[in-house]
Amino acid sequence: MAALTRADVEHVAYLARLGLTDDELTRLEGQLNHILDQYAKLAELDTDHIPPTAQTIELENILREDVAQPSMPPEAVLGNAPEREDDFFVVPAILGGD
Amino acid sequence: MSDDLDLTRLTAHDLAARLRSGETTSREITAAHLERAHATDRGLHAWLTLDDDRALSEADAADARLAAARAQGDGAVDALHPLLGIPVALKDLVSLAGGQCTAGSRILEGYTAPFDAHITERLRAAGAVILGKTNMDEFAMGSSTEHSAYGPTSNPWDLDRVPGGSSGGSAAAVAAYHVPLGIGTDTGGSIRQPAALCGVVGMKPTYGRVSRYGIVAFASSLDQIGPFARDARDAAALLHAVSGRDDRDSTSAPEPVPDDLLRLAASDDQAASWLQGKRLGLPREYFVAGMEPGVEARVREAVSALEGAGASVEEVSLPHTDYGLATYYIVAPAEASANLARYDGVRFGYSVRGGDDYLADYLATRGGGFGAEVKRRIMLGTYALSAGYYDAFYLKAQKVRTLIKRDFDRLWEQGFDALVAPTSPSVAFRFGARMADPVQMYLSDACTLPVNMAGLPGISVPCGLSEGLPVGLQLIGGAWSEASLLRAARAYEGATAGAGWRLIQPHDLPSLDDPSVVTPDVRFAAAAAAE
Repeated sequence: MAALTRADVEHVAYLARLGLTDDELTRLEGQLNHILDQYAKLAELDTDHIPPTAQTIELENILREDVAQPSMPPEAVLGNAPEREDDFFVVPAILGGD
Repeated sequence: MSDDLDLTRLTAHDLAARLRSGETTSREITAAHLERAHATDRGLHAWLTLDDDRALSEADAADARLAAARAQGDGAVDALHPLLGIPVALKDLVSLAGGQCTAGSRILEGYTAPFDAHITERLRAAGAVILGKTNMDEFAMGSSTEHSAYGPTSNPWDLDRVPGGSSGGSAAAVAAYHVPLGIGTDTGGSIRQPAALCGVVGMKPTYGRVSRYGIVAFASSLDQIGPFARDARDAAALLHAVSGRDDRDSTSAPEPVPDDLLRLAASDDQAASWLQGKRLGLPREYFVAGMEPGVEARVREAVSALEGAGASVEEVSLPHTDYGLATYYIVAPAEASANLARYDGVRFGYSVRGGDDYLADYLATRGGGFGAEVKRRIMLGTYALSAGYYDAFYLKAQKVRTLIKRDFDRLWEQGFDALVAPTSPSVAFRFGARMADPVQMYLSDACTLPVNMAGLPGISVPCGLSEGLPVGLQLIGGAWSEASLLRAARAYEGATAGAGWRLIQPHDLPSLDDPSVVTPDVRFAAAAAAE
């Protein structure tokens, strides 16, 4: 299996939205490759005709009546907001310009 | 109540009987456990919070419920749940309305749960008293509780050693007599492994048995909630209280909760007789290379005890066991990377603002809020799910998961009642021993994580000591077989009730009462410096 380069580690960190220091990136490059070496074992198994298991109890189509249920009051929902304005969460601007 | 009786040494069912006879009250029971927890937690750090006022008011409410039931007559008293008035510890990833719920992470520091988890509601309905919240590896990722952002927990049997993890705080609190019952979660062994290392009973139920509504999610196809206790009967009563279908977790199954869980035999002989004619399998792959000889010896002795009580034990094979670790460390991090995407500093939790743009704020919030192990898992999972690698890693792991599950299915089809195995290949290890190499830490769960991959119930029960430290015997059953599995565990307890090792308890070992006892973070730092 392909080894992760430093650039790969930086790209994955970007995909995961993790801001990492240079030291962390260096350490992770070694550790992730060491862990990926363990994954190589799976290649020993021929799984071409084996279906995947996503969960084990095989429940499906859990439906309920489409009726309104009580939900939390706005104060409870917003109580943990790092930054709020009235009944809104303040989020960082996602569009450019002023 | 007689003055020399220490209520903290009693099991929940013993306490329940004394409550009903009027010998004691929930307030007395709760106060005694709070007192012991406060007096002896300095050297352990099992708890992140202890809420005396709330616990005592819940105890008073339980006493009032019992008094009201008494006024109505015996039928009303009999209808009360055995957990009424009994203290319980919650792992700090279970929502308790108005309380903290850190999941052992900085990123949830200061967060206040706006609602109760399903199991919290169920515990309240039973009348249990919630004593506080216990320490854990951050987001339940770890096998030692050393990955808590709030400092490590010590093992009550040896304060320089880990209690296991991730539910190490609940395991240590139950082992140290701070509380008779605790709640944990188990994604790859996080209840059974700390139970083994702390010498208590810990059970991971069938996937779907207990609703996860209100629990901080780690890996959603694997996570299950389960009990810690000092014996099988107590574990069964706690499982009974929290089990059952809940519309808010669509993976909770519409399986009836067996009332048999409340009828485990009280007499040791009667309990042990359950084993007569039972067929148990001993999977040879679970006696892995690197297993400590003392652990193997205790497990083989336990097998002899089961045979002595009338069970037949046959060696069996679970041929894909060796692939469990790699499979687990793809599936669990992949699901974790998706679950943990919600920690973005916008709606709750740690938040860094003021960067150049929204991306800078996300990177700073998540980079600063998560600890090293959580970052490692998010990175692994993100990589395993990323374009070009999904088939090679995640899909491949899901297919191997099918093979692991089929290994177990084959044995149930052959008529085995349960499998017997070690819980952990080692006894409790020293602080720092597995922190440098993540793969060494991951190997701690080699005997437990295949059970999660297959969605099965498993229980760890104490089976003796090696080097003066507890060893766990793991019993694994088919889906929804919790009542039989707990009977098997209770039968083992009955068959070994007279064993000398049962008289040795951590209570009598380290000097937890010493007010100058060295705290776990200092022990951990000393171990790290010596590495």
